[in-house]
Amino acid sequence: MTDFKRPANPQEFEENFEQLHPIMNATQAHYESSRCLFCHDAPCINACPTEIDIPLFIRQINTNNLSGAAKTIYESNWLGNICGKVCPTEVLCEGACVYNHQEVKPIEIGRLQSYASSVAINRNKHLFEKALDNGKKVAVVGAGPAGISAACELALLGCMVTVYEAKELPSGLALYGVAPYKILNDTVLEEVEYLQKQFGFHIKYQHPLQAAEDFEQLDRAFDAVFLGIGLGSTRELQLEGESLDGCWGAVEFIEMLKTLQHKAMVGKKVVVLGGGNTAMDAASEACRLGAEQVVLAYRRSKDEMRAYEFEYELAKSVGAVGLWNVTPLAILGEEKVVGVLFIETRTIDKKLETIPGSDYTIDCDMVIKATGQNKQKALVQLIPGIQTDPSGRILTVNDLGQTHNARYFTGGDAMNGGKEVVNAVAEAKVAARGIHQYLTENQG
Amino acid sequence: MADLSVNLGGISSPNPFWLASAPPTNSGYQVMKAFDQGWGGAVWKTLGVPVVNVSSRYGAVNYRDIRMMGFNNIELITDRPLKDNLKEIEEVKKYFPEHAVIASLMVESREEWHQIVKDVENAGADGLELNFGCPHGMCERGMGSAVGQEPNVLETITSWVKEVAHTPVIVKLTPNITDITEPALAAHKGKADAISLINTIQSLVGVDIDQMVPYPIVDGKSTNGGYCGPAVKPIAQNMVKNCAQLEYGRLPISGIGGIENWRDVVEYLLLGATNVQVCTAVMHYGFGIVRDLESGLQQYMKDKGFQTVNEMVGKALGNVTSWENLNLKYKIVAEIHQEKCIECQLCYTACEDGAHQAIGLSEKSRIPYIIEENCVGCNLCSLVCPVEECITMERRDNGQEQITWKERTENGTIPTTFNDPLAGGRDHWVPDPKDAFNKE
Ligand SMILES: Cc1cc2nc3c(=O)[nH]c(=O)nc-3n(C[C@H](O)[C@H](O)[C@H](O)COP(=O)(O)OP(=O)(O)OC[C@H]3O[C@@H](n4cnc5c(N)ncnc54)[C@H](O)[C@@H]3O)c2cc1C
Ligand SMILES: Cc1cc2nc3c(=O)[nH]c(=O)nc-3n(C[C@H](O)[C@H](O)[C@H](O)COP(=O)(O)O)c2cc1C
Ligand code: SF4
Repeated sequence: MTDFKRPANPQEFEENFEQLHPIMNATQAHYESSRCLFCHDAPCINACPTEIDIPLFIRQINTNNLSGAAKTIYESNWLGNICGKVCPTEVLCEGACVYNHQEVKPIEIGRLQSYASSVAINRNKHLFEKALDNGKKVAVVGAGPAGISAACELALLGCMVTVYEAKELPSGLALYGVAPYKILNDTVLEEVEYLQKQFGFHIKYQHPLQAAEDFEQLDRAFDAVFLGIGLGSTRELQLEGESLDGCWGAVEFIEMLKTLQHKAMVGKKVVVLGGGNTAMDAASEACRLGAEQVVLAYRRSKDEMRAYEFEYELAKSVGAVGLWNVTPLAILGEEKVVGVLFIETRTIDKKLETIPGSDYTIDCDMVIKATGQNKQKALVQLIPGIQTDPSGRILTVNDLGQTHNARYFTGGDAMNGGKEVVNAVAEAKVAARGIHQYLTENQG
Repeated sequence: MADLSVNLGGISSPNPFWLASAPPTNSGYQVMKAFDQGWGGAVWKTLGVPVVNVSSRYGAVNYRDIRMMGFNNIELITDRPLKDNLKEIEEVKKYFPEHAVIASLMVESREEWHQIVKDVENAGADGLELNFGCPHGMCERGMGSAVGQEPNVLETITSWVKEVAHTPVIVKLTPNITDITEPALAAHKGKADAISLINTIQSLVGVDIDQMVPYPIVDGKSTNGGYCGPAVKPIAQNMVKNCAQLEYGRLPISGIGGIENWRDVVEYLLLGATNVQVCTAVMHYGFGIVRDLESGLQQYMKDKGFQTVNEMVGKALGNVTSWENLNLKYKIVAEIHQEKCIECQLCYTACEDGAHQAIGLSEKSRIPYIIEENCVGCNLCSLVCPVEECITMERRDNGQEQITWKERTENGTIPTTFNDPLAGGRDHWVPDPKDAFNKE
């Protein structure tokens, strides 16, 4: 049994999805920042993919130089507030805090980061001056974390930036994917709006690039392109019953939840398939939407789950029940899902095999497949020259994010195959600098 | 339980914990409440011709998340009529005959001094404390530290008081002076029975950088105040030690300045104070802190086998000498206990930039190592290390040899010229200046 009542209105939704990392008040921030030791060559910096100078911004918070702190953060990471709230800090900066060695609670770096950056956002602090217009035009495809980061950096460097986005809102999976208890939609959108005001790049919404001609047009109008297109829809399992009513892909289920909020639909008995972070999120979310029973089914053992320990603990704490070493044979039902036929598994010589005769059914009225996202292979194939690896990740020719088509750069999920927001932000910043370098070198 | 009672120059009290003359002793209500909670004595808020105070009156130095590490005030002496104070002194003494009630006094003329001494003694005060310390407001009118800074005047006024006083007289000293022993000796000459120190240190605690006015702000203006609280303890302790080490003219001492916990009390006693007085800590945390003072002192005395407080007084004085008598052969070096290290590398930065480049970093591990040849044994790394006992200072001399600066002076083996080969740091390795560019 889960502990949540189905939310009937926005307020109940917010209660069920209570923020894990609420914004600190000034006193909390002062006390927490006072604890920082200001380590030499601080391990937290090295653990952050965007390498924010964490001890510096913490000291700036401590001395009440909040704009300075925000500037330190944004200089390295254009989504400072979002990252402070959604990063898996336990395995990044906070996991590297030297206090862990002493069994003292690590500094709450994520919350301090969000504190300083949200103050700048609320006060609409104009922290950066763009370089003079360098006459270069760059198109950014996708307004997800990668695209926004690239756009900011390119604008800062003096390029004229236009962003093309398929959806009607910016932020990609930071908006449509990240769990609501990590960040509110408004908070995501406010940061992007704040950045847009500062850097003045234009976003064309509901403007998907989907045909070869679209890219030919881009090539005519722009000097270079950044591809921040992320990943695609949930991968098919090739199982019987996958198209039944009530069988969802996790990304689609979460997008529905993030869009409809308290009006989102959920089953009474839910089975989530998968052992990654998205599976944990979907299970947590189903619980918080008021599902009576949520089973997390994974084909290997508990220890082999790819999800971070704390993500599993979170799902467990709201009532999801883990079921290991089972794999689905079919999703059962006529029109609607009524159950999943499972079979038990075991690992022999590192090979997973099913145990004959061990099959059984779990009744349910919703199945959520958290079994990974497809790559945008078809889309990428429309662009001449670009190469992908066998799994569909866009390949680069150097560590500046440049693809086999020299005018195209990339970063984020489309390149790394699906990591975190902070990786997308970091990679896109590097790629933006790569674009600037490329355009400067090809001046004449 | 050890006997905590003390006697300061003829004034006895059930324990050494007194409230200093300040806002916590402004009224009979407060003093009664303090005695009820365990304080042994109280020096009443200074009496005299009542003043008019300003608002605001206080400023503070906060250190990171610690509030009021230093505290500053621009308050004057009591603003309440003398007769109200006298009535309340009488009342307190009725309920607490064994406790010490000391009247702090500050007036101008000989007649006034004679009158007020008589008045407070009639009300039942067990002793008198002459406030020659206040560094603001009153000194501009020729009182307070204006007296404390003039040993002759201090001596004269003390002798006026002694002409009529039937109870012991404590002279409270100001630290706003170059050599604290001068007023201490003047108090002795004037026949005082004890001294108390320190009063507050002249200070500005910071500036409001928007209004461009120092704190505390009184309608857009400020003035210097008196500094106290934990920050002044080191200064006060040195002065207490100086007065306690006087060979001639030494008077019993009531130690004051930054006392907040039992350990502070023990330190003052070991440095020669007979008892202590507390102000800021009570203004910050209330009278209740006396419970920690008492239980901590009791435990310490038990652990060390002291029966009475008096046995402890001055026990550290024999170990405070002048620099020239320190053993130059004593040699310690830093040692990092790897298993405790949390890899913050603060010691590295401190030694690298602020000391003697005696700590190295390796490629393989974040745990720094000591380059023993370069270590001068200054302690800095162990002071900045956030982990208890992670960096310890280990002895390296053989413990047999001893030579002091004084002895070397007598032997003629001290450096005397600018490039003297006898210089202590002559063979000490320092990096080439240009190496600075090869560092991160
Ligand atoms: C369920 C879920 C939960 C997650 N939770 C977290 C978390 O808690 N913390 C964390 O750090 N990370 C989390 N992530 C990962 C994180 O959201 C992604 O790594 C990150 O958003 C990647 O950014 P991106 O810009 O590369 O791609 P995306 O966020 O996918 O953005 C791509 C953008 O491009 C647009 N686009 C795509 N194709 C086209 C086209 N042809 N034309 C125009 N526009 C196009 C899309 O509409 C989208 O806006 C989560 C991911 C998922 C799926
Ligand atoms: C270890 C040490 C050695 C010092 N040596 C000298 C010195 O040789 N000459 C000098 O003028 N001041 C010396 N000072 C005083 C400092 O220059 C400075 O005036 C003092 O520390 C106050 O400043 P601060 O507390 O802001 O650091 C020394 C201070 C320290 C801590
Ligand atoms: S004791 Fe001083 S010189 Fe020696 S290693 Fe530590 S900081 Fe450096």
